Amino acid sequence: MSNAHSPVAHHFYTVEQQKDSATIGMWLFLATEILLFGALFTAYAVYRYRFPDAFMVASSRMDWKMGGLNTLFLIISSVTMVFAVSSAEKGRRGGLLGFLAATGFFGTLFLVVKYFEYMHHYHDRDVPGLNFHWTGAPELANGAQMFFFLYFFMTGLHALHMLVGLGLLIWIFITAYQGKYSPEYYNPVEMFGLYWHFVDLVWIFLFPLLYLLGAHLPPGGGGHH
Amino acid sequence: MIEENVSLPRIHYLNSHYGWKSWLFTTDHKRIGLLYMISITLMFFLGGFFALLIRLELLTPQADMFNADTYNKFFTLHGVILIFFFLVPSIPGTLGNFLIPLMIGAKDVAFPKLNLLSWYIFVIGSLFTLWVVAVGGIDTGWTFYTPYSTTFANTHVIAATLGVFFTGFSSILTGLNFIVTIHKMRAPGLTWFRLPLFIWSLYATSIIQVLATPVLGITMVLIAVERFAKVGIFDPALGGDPVLFQHMFWFYSHPAVYIMILPSLGVVSELISAFTWKRVFGYKFVAISSLMIAIFSFIVWGHHMYVSSMSIYAGMLFSILSYLVAVPSAVKVFNWTATLYKGSVSYDTPMLYALGFIGLFTIGGLTGLFLASMGLDRHLHDTYFVIAHFHLIMVGGAVMGYFGGLHYWWPKMFGRMYPEWWGRLSALIVFVGFNLSFFPQFIIGYLGMPRRYHVYAPEFQVLNVMSTAGSSILGVGYLLPLVYLIWSLRYGKVAANPWKAKGLEWETASPPPPENFLEQPIVTEEAYNYPTRPAHSPRHAGKLTGGLAQPAGATGKGREAEVV
Repeated sequence: MSNAHSPVAHHFYTVEQQKDSATIGMWLFLATEILLFGALFTAYAVYRYRFPDAFMVASSRMDWKMGGLNTLFLIISSVTMVFAVSSAEKGRRGGLLGFLAATGFFGTLFLVVKYFEYMHHYHDRDVPGLNFHWTGAPELANGAQMFFFLYFFMTGLHALHMLVGLGLLIWIFITAYQGKYSPEYYNPVEMFGLYWHFVDLVWIFLFPLLYLLGAHLPPGGGGHH
Repeated sequence: MIEENVSLPRIHYLNSHYGWKSWLFTTDHKRIGLLYMISITLMFFLGGFFALLIRLELLTPQADMFNADTYNKFFTLHGVILIFFFLVPSIPGTLGNFLIPLMIGAKDVAFPKLNLLSWYIFVIGSLFTLWVVAVGGIDTGWTFYTPYSTTFANTHVIAATLGVFFTGFSSILTGLNFIVTIHKMRAPGLTWFRLPLFIWSLYATSIIQVLATPVLGITMVLIAVERFAKVGIFDPALGGDPVLFQHMFWFYSHPAVYIMILPSLGVVSELISAFTWKRVFGYKFVAISSLMIAIFSFIVWGHHMYVSSMSIYAGMLFSILSYLVAVPSAVKVFNWTATLYKGSVSYDTPMLYALGFIGLFTIGGLTGLFLASMGLDRHLHDTYFVIAHFHLIMVGGAVMGYFGGLHYWWPKMFGRMYPEWWGRLSALIVFVGFNLSFFPQFIIGYLGMPRRYHVYAPEFQVLNVMSTAGSSILGVGYLLPLVYLIWSLRYGKVAANPWKAKGLEWETASPPPPENFLEQPIVTEEAYNYPTRPAHSPRHAGKLTGGLAQPAGATGKGREAEVV
């Protein structure tokens, strides 16, 4: 769409108009994402209310240390992403490439840890629809399966967003390497940053809900009402 | 209509590039609008075909042509195709895509590539659905209610839900694109309260598309996963809650009703103004009422679930909120009728559709109040009364608005007029056929005939025969425009602005040049700034002298001369 001399697409009149459009478009997209995950958070709330004991017991099977480590990785990657956008704004191509690489590194680390967590649950036969086998109290079986279904569905959808994010990140990295961005035009970097922070933010909600809330308590005990 | 003596522009968006690639890889919003038009027309007649099969079976009380399973598939396909693949994308995808940049004086929508992508995603979703039709259908009803859809149905549920999932994303991208376009692409001087009301209504529609559709998307995925992996998020046997599905489904699907009707409300505002030659009475109220409808649409979904174990208090709340939707809807109807008063009314085809729309939308809306009241809904729930009610809104409302808009902007899109006599005839046939189809259904519904059955009590036969006769007439009314509109592409009389209507879209050539305007228009007046005294309107003057029937200049310079 844009010609070689100007980063402004043919149907826009000014750089500002183009940038504002991209920004509003990205925020609207993130609003759709909130609704997409919002439906799942609603389902989580409904079933947590319905199966409080089963959810507690099941969430005790989560490894909060691995989840915590992943939270740390994502927060670090968000910080490096902020620096990447800032470098782009100041026209520092080396800084941009370095911070993008760091962001990709920590994002990948997150997925590696997630892979080991999933494998661990697979061996423990925690995966609904695949090998779910409940050895605890039988009256908690349905609720526990619901917990694990929501766990895999929500973190799976989140991991899918991470994968898409890493794909986009590679594209941003290549175009940055080619020198396509300047202090006048770095929309894609900034928009990708918004996306990346959003995906991190989803995890910030997932982590306490799935790993921490009411976990490590005996069923029926501990003031969960 | 005013006789014009004009010729087609030398270069326009239809002849600037040739070859299939220039269409399949186009980012021109006008061409994408036409791609949508072709696709949804196919879906419209496919869905209409299933409607005719349903009506044929209902000619007699017994099962004549189809058994229960086949009948279930027919009404499901009828609903899925016409709701998700025709009504939702109809006006936004075609008229919206074509007209929004023209009406706001822009070269294109904000994200032209995303616009093309949304059409491709729509096509992918349509292919899923056509595949479902080809391999044996789906029988869950368009609502996909669980646990039937997840546990018991042995038809092609997964493919159908994925089709809906895809077309949902197409809808989201369209809405997102329109919101950004309306915010950032308006011509200098075109302030919010100078915007045509069609733009306001599509803005409100887009908000719903963006905020409601993701919930439907994820719900469809959950159904597919539940069927595929045999997990039980909605399965009561495994602790799941089917009513949760209903909440999630209607959180989209009630607002979706307004995705279907709001664009038509906008079209009718344009038509009423153009064919009374007056500014729409209470412009600001009509504009804001679109936003109010969009906001209310998000908080009324529970009225579909009064009989689904909903508590009486929640039901009361949803009932009151549902009644509130009537307020902005009535604002529109009253303001349209007030616009007619002392207007210079002419009864061209688009206006016939608009007037039909007002009557049917009013009745459809008022019967909605019956259904929003909890006590009466207990009696009418899942009867033909509901069927008649929502068909008045979706067909008598949304489809009539679409047809009215299609005729009104046809010369803008192709530079040629459809045959007016045939247009009026088919508008009349549609109106008669529609009323004959659906008014009997109010009665049989009230008397207790449930929806979704292929057999019924013999005493309902007379009314059912009337309804089937009406739907056949309606079918003729829909086929006629298909024939004469295609005919007019080649043989229609060349036209530029046969209505002498106001609005930026009429200030450029018909068909418009590839980038819409030869130079950026600058807006200095409010929308619908028609001369105040009807005697001065070129509609009358033009018939006498023909001298004022020249098209407005592409730059808008001809405008002053025209108004004086």
